[in-house]
Amino acid sequence: MDKSPHEWMTPTFVPILQVRPESSDTFSIELESEHFPSPGQFNMLYVFGVGEVPISVSRAKASRYIHTIRSVGAVTQALRKLKTGDLVGVRGPFGRGWPIEKAKGRDLLILAGGIGLAPLRPILDEAARNIEQFKNVTLLYGARKPSDCLFKEDWENWERAGINILATVDATETNWNRSVGVVTKLIPKVKFDPANAISFVCGPEIMMLFCVEALNNQGMEEHNIYLSMERNMKCAVGYCGHCQFGVDFICKQGPVFPYPALKSRLKVREI
Amino acid sequence: MKETLYSLDIGDFERLLTVIQSHFELYGPTVRDSAVVYEKVETTRDLPQGWVDDQAPGRYRLEKTDSPLFFGHVVGPQSWKKYLFPAREQLWSVKKESAQVKRSANPQKPMAFLGVRSCELAAIEVQDKVFSHGTQPDAFYHRRRNDLFIVAVNCTTSSRNCFCTSMNSGPKCNGNFDLALTEVLDGAIHRIVVEVKSKRAQDLIAPLHLKTPSPAEIAAAQHAVEENAKTMARSFSTEGLKESLQNSPDHPRWNKIAERCLDCANCTMVCPTCFCSSTVDTTDLTGDNAERWRQWDSCFNLEFSYIHGGEIRKSTASRYRQWLTHKLANWWDQFGTSGCVGCGRCISWCPVGIDLTEEATAIQEGQE
Ligand SMILES: Cc1cc2nc3c(=O)[nH]c(=O)nc-3n(C[C@H](O)[C@H](O)[C@H](O)COP(=O)(O)OP(=O)(O)OC[C@H]3O[C@@H](n4cnc5c(N)ncnc54)[C@H](O)[C@@H]3O)c2cc1C
Ligand code: SF4
Ligand code: SF4
Repeated sequence: MDKSPHEWMTPTFVPILQVRPESSDTFSIELESEHFPSPGQFNMLYVFGVGEVPISVSRAKASRYIHTIRSVGAVTQALRKLKTGDLVGVRGPFGRGWPIEKAKGRDLLILAGGIGLAPLRPILDEAARNIEQFKNVTLLYGARKPSDCLFKEDWENWERAGINILATVDATETNWNRSVGVVTKLIPKVKFDPANAISFVCGPEIMMLFCVEALNNQGMEEHNIYLSMERNMKCAVGYCGHCQFGVDFICKQGPVFPYPALKSRLKVREI
Repeated sequence: MKETLYSLDIGDFERLLTVIQSHFELYGPTVRDSAVVYEKVETTRDLPQGWVDDQAPGRYRLEKTDSPLFFGHVVGPQSWKKYLFPAREQLWSVKKESAQVKRSANPQKPMAFLGVRSCELAAIEVQDKVFSHGTQPDAFYHRRRNDLFIVAVNCTTSSRNCFCTSMNSGPKCNGNFDLALTEVLDGAIHRIVVEVKSKRAQDLIAPLHLKTPSPAEIAAAQHAVEENAKTMARSFSTEGLKESLQNSPDHPRWNKIAERCLDCANCTMVCPTCFCSSTVDTTDLTGDNAERWRQWDSCFNLEFSYIHGGEIRKSTASRYRQWLTHKLANWWDQFGTSGCVGCGRCISWCPVGIDLTEEATAIQEGQE
């Protein structure tokens, strides 16, 4: 992005092209954009006078992209109230995303929990478009309940393209013919070649830790596992200090990291 | 540029301040509310002549003496970061109607700092690195930094909390400055030996036709600084400290410190290198105009690490650990330098007198 220095702290206002509910507490907004963020990158979204939050890009198309947001607090609730045509302040894209090139020619396991599917959707889109460039591509998805599962309308396309989807919920409702339980339980069901496989994981930190352990048990080597980290962020350009995770600034060195880079710290409490 | 030395009497010093002010807004030490703070200064009368400070863990006391020295004190609660990286500044404003974002420019006369100690030069260098390491250099910082004119002072005295010799940051000024002053007192004769480091400083003082110092004055100035280095009370061994701290997140000492630490954040506010900030988004009463401000934040604040679902660093122990480990260890990985320059401010201004050198040493030595 070609911006002069302090424009990095200055949002550009763009209109919302479309709003779309995704589940009871989650929605997507589509924005016009001159940038084409890479999968796993995020923007800072600002609601007039309310505040600014980091939100991943959940789909990028030519000249527009989509953010999928779970409304949990002040800013995300304010975002939820916006309608088509309303303006949102955008800064970004920021951070280092998923190393998709490394996944080509290999088995790719995508593990997501809840809203964690949002930053991984661009990877699934890419895999579906160019499935022949990958070996087996599998999505393992865990959500609280069936109606919380995100992007159900995409699942069919992904499956048709050859992506294997295994989903599980904590509590079932009607019309659910997939699994119940934690997402890690699905891992042994996936056939992959540990010597030639890679895994992208995004979800709550504790879920990611269990995923790493389960992947490890199936023979996946640690350096082939990538996680997307979350910390408070105020500037997203490496100055505010909030997103520090030990020596790393998550906004700059991350949010996506190879597991070995995080390993020693993930087990430290309150770091 | 080859260094050039001059010798000033009080009249010369006064004229030096005047000539600096024809080009710069001059800031320097002055006494306010029983502390030496940095404010706008105009004449030598604004300086803390005769004031000395008594510092110890949790202690800072000013005392007026009849010494003629202008810089007989050391560092107070403020540092120069208050000008280069203000505690609160507006980044931009926006009108709802037009959605046109106006970036804050605050054009100001270039600044000159008078009385910058060697540890403070080191701290400015540290913040230079900090505010250059991001995705892009921080323009708000660099705009003020680029034109800065620095009149440093070589310390001929130190407080009980100073440990610049251990941190390789003093007491002699070696960093980037324009002029460096050393006050020498020979009986009743008070002179200031000035070292000129930059071309622009040389040009600035040329009209003053200053005197060359005598060999005795040069020797006295050098001796005073060397004596100070030799007699500095506090020392701190940092060898192997980075690894010790990074490998000791579960050390019981963290909990011990937490029994005393009040989470008041004083240490981070007074520290000349601490750089964490927060953004505050506001609107006016009409709701039509919004602003973004940046203000100092501290890793000691609970909300600092808040993410939806709860704060990451809930315990005081984890917050003190974050501060100390960042300062003395992680800083090396991030910026290639220590985050501590040995100024001792955090020791003096901690209400319960927690001493980082003592705590870091305890962790390194495995003491509980
Ligand atoms: C790199 C990154 C990508 C993200 N991508 C998405 C996404 O695609 N979709 C989505 O729904 N959420 C995402 N999040 C989480 C999202 O940023 C938080 O849910 C959001 O900040 C909550 O803000 P709030 O004001 O609504 O909540 P409050 O609870 O009112 O939070 C107050 C303030 O704390 C900070 N904060 C709170 N939670 C977080 C958090 N988890 N991460 C960082 N700062 C936080 C924010 O500054 C926020 O304004 C992402 C977080 C990060 C770090
Ligand atoms: S950590 Fe303490 S002694 Fe070190 S630079 Fe900061 S305030 Fe000074
Ligand atoms: S160490 Fe001292 S100054 Fe720092 S937060 Fe704790 S009580 Fe306050």
